[in-house]
Amino acid sequence: MAVERFPVEASHILMFARSIGDSNPIYADQAHAEATEVGSIIAPPTFAQASAQFDPDYFLRPKDGQKWFGSGATASGTLIKETAESPKGDDKKSGSSAGGLHAEQHFTYHRHLKPGDVLSAETKPGESWEKESKRAGVLKFNESITEYRDQDGELVVTARSVGVVTEKVIEQ
Amino acid sequence: MGLNSNDLTIGDSYSEVIVDDLTRTQIVQYAGASGDYNPVHSDEKFVTEVAGYPTVFAHGMLTMGMTGRMLTNYVGDGRLTYYGVRFVNQVWPGDTLTARAEVAAVREEDGGTVVDLTISTTNQDEKFVLTGNATARLD
Repeated sequence: MAVERFPVEASHILMFARSIGDSNPIYADQAHAEATEVGSIIAPPTFAQASAQFDPDYFLRPKDGQKWFGSGATASGTLIKETAESPKGDDKKSGSSAGGLHAEQHFTYHRHLKPGDVLSAETKPGESWEKESKRAGVLKFNESITEYRDQDGELVVTARSVGVVTEKVIEQ
Repeated sequence: MGLNSNDLTIGDSYSEVIVDDLTRTQIVQYAGASGDYNPVHSDEKFVTEVAGYPTVFAHGMLTMGMTGRMLTNYVGDGRLTYYGVRFVNQVWPGDTLTARAEVAAVREEDGGTVVDLTISTTNQDEKFVLTGNATARLD
């Protein structure tokens, strides 16, 4: 993933804070924020993840003119419809059809994001490893490191993400 | 305002209920704000018939975001220097989650004093859904 331009905007911070149920005025009220030691509205600690909105190739967002793997007329727009005559059998039980799950996320803050910042993000692959799990079979882990830089080229947030693809649906 | 190092003892803890009866609508709200529209989080037909799960489940990042609210309420705004988690169990609609931070260490870093916190978030069955660590600047 490479994001060339991630403008951090007050309305986006407000919507993001609402979505995580956080009514802290530091995310919404400029007058309040100015009177605090922080001095301005800032973004919640996990906001950098919303850079996905500005990644043109982000695969978990439907795109104009492309088939989407979620449901419409059928259960998935990109899988062949299963019928009683040709069941997909165990394929259906592969957790990988969900495109993998998020296993870990880490943020190191060099400073906190604020409206007016214009970030860029560069992602590099990290380690890969496998683990055996009782509840989901073989787990394949993939790490990636994303560096978020501001309009002056300063490193502001470093993110380390670990994704996992499970062999089977996780037993509940 | 941050926490004061003189007021902290190893083992001190702080907790909050971060969501009571998680709704599918909040999960959709998070999808819209974050840009992560993976249908496993909002599309009942896809998640049950294709992915094979009993119903939609929350983004790990929604749980991390809600747990972050507990953290910033505890350590103060703009104080975190590190926040990292593992997603150890899925979070489902109807879940009620409690997030907890415990003081693991108070130490010097880059000329200031910081606190290391051990974090966990549990559901109504006292099952861990998230575990992690954070570091924050102190006064």
